[in-house]
Amino acid sequence: MSPISRGFHGRHRDATADTDRVPPGQFVTTDFPVLSAGPTPYTPLESWSFSITQGGDTVKSWSWRDLQALPVEDITVDIHCVTRWSKLDTRWRGVSVDALLAEADRDARYVLAFCDGGYTTNLPIADVTGGQAWVAFGYDDQPLQPEHGGPARLLVPHLYFWKSAKWVRGLELLAADEPGFWERYGYNNYGDPWREQRYAGD
Amino acid sequence: MAGTAVRGRLTWQVATVGAVVDETPAVRTIELDVPDWAGHRAGQHLDVRLTADDGYVAERSYSLASAPGEPVAITVERLPDGEVSPYLADDLRAGDEIEIRGPIGGYFVWPWQEIVSPLLLVAGGSGVVPFRSILRHRADLGSTTPTRLLYSARSLEDVIYRAELDVVRNGLEVIYTLTRQQPPSWPGRAGRVNDAMLREIAWLPSQRPIAYVCGPTAFVETVATGLVGLGYPADRVKTERFGGMGGG
Repeated sequence: MSPISRGFHGRHRDATADTDRVPPGQFVTTDFPVLSAGPTPYTPLESWSFSITQGGDTVKSWSWRDLQALPVEDITVDIHCVTRWSKLDTRWRGVSVDALLAEADRDARYVLAFCDGGYTTNLPIADVTGGQAWVAFGYDDQPLQPEHGGPARLLVPHLYFWKSAKWVRGLELLAADEPGFWERYGYNNYGDPWREQRYAGD
Repeated sequence: MAGTAVRGRLTWQVATVGAVVDETPAVRTIELDVPDWAGHRAGQHLDVRLTADDGYVAERSYSLASAPGEPVAITVERLPDGEVSPYLADDLRAGDEIEIRGPIGGYFVWPWQEIVSPLLLVAGGSGVVPFRSILRHRADLGSTTPTRLLYSARSLEDVIYRAELDVVRNGLEVIYTLTRQQPPSWPGRAGRVNDAMLREIAWLPSQRPIAYVCGPTAFVETVATGLVGLGYPADRVKTERFGGMGGG
C-alpha cells in the first residue's frame, strides 16, 4: 500500500489522459528532450556507412548514398523514454530494418546495434523485423539533427527509446543475446514500456 | 561493488523524510531514512514515487547527493512547471513518507577505472548534485586525485552547497562562473562556459583526465563538445543531461 502524499494532486493529468497511447508511469511532452551518454559525435556523411556484421565479418555495408537509394518510408509513431516522457505522433523518415536484413540474408536470433561513440543496445530479431524498426535519418521533414542521433539512428518505437540507438552505424547479428550499454548498467534487457520494464527485474 | 549492475528486482520501499535543508531559494536537500538501502556509488540516482489521495501517481529520478555510506539524500530544484519537484521542494516535511527505489545507474559514477586520473567535474546549475556525492566520496577515501570543479550558476545566490565547496580540501579546486549576475569585486569567473574557459581550466588530455559533465542539455552539449575539441577522448567524457537517464 503506497503512502498518500498529503497535498499532492499532480499537474500532468490532462496531458496523460490519452491512456490508450501513454504507457504507465509516462507523461506527455511536446518538447524533444535529449538523452545520451557521452559527447555527441559528428561523423561526416562521406565517411559514414551502415554495416551488418556477423562473427566479426562485415556481411553487407551501405554508404550514405546507398542507404538513400533503398525504399524510404515515412513513419508516424509515439515514442516513450525510460526517463518518463512520451511524445505522440512523431514524424520520421528512414529505411526499414527489414529491407536491410533482406539484403544481408543471414539468420540470427538477436542483434546488437553499434554506434559512433561506442554505444550499443541489444534487441531480439523479432523486434526489429515485421515493420517494427527503421534506420531513420529524417525528423519532422528535416535531416535528423546530431543531438537527436543524426545523421541516422535506429527507430524501434514499441520499446523504450534507449533501444532506438543514436548515431547507429550497424547491426551485429548474434545467435545468443548480449546486453548493450544501458542493459549492462542495470536497465531492463528488453524495455517494454507497456509492462514498465525500466530496470533489470521489472 | 554495490550497484555496478542492478541484480534482481529494484523494489519500491517507503522512506521517511529526515532533515530538510534549504540550499538556495529554489533548491532543497532532503535526507531520507530508508530501512533497506543496499548502498550506492557516488553519482548514482534513485526514483521517487508520489501518490495522490485518489491513486494518481507520478515518478521522477533524482541524483543522490550523499556519499556512499552516508544517509540517503537528494537535492531537488523546484521547476516552475514541474509536477514532482515543487511538491518535494515546497510541501514535503520531516516525518513524511514517500516511496523510493534505487540505487540506479552505473555509468555516471566515480571512481571510474583508474582512481588516480585527474578528475574534471563540470556542473551547470543543479547539475552539481551528483558531484557533491563524488567529492564527499573522494574526501572519505582520502584521495589526493587532482580535481577541478567548474561550476556554472546564474548568480552567487544560486550556488548550491557553497559553504561545503568553499572548504579547501586536498588537491581540490573549485572554480565558479556566474552567468547572469556577479557581486562587486567578484574574484571568480563570469559568463557561460565556453571553449576558451575550458582550455584554461580543463586538465591537459596528456594528463589522462576523466571528465564528468552534468547540467541542462545545451550546457552539456557545449562542454562535452568543447572537451572533445581540446583532445579529450569521447569515452573519457561522461555526461548526464537533465531529462536524460537520471535527470531530475
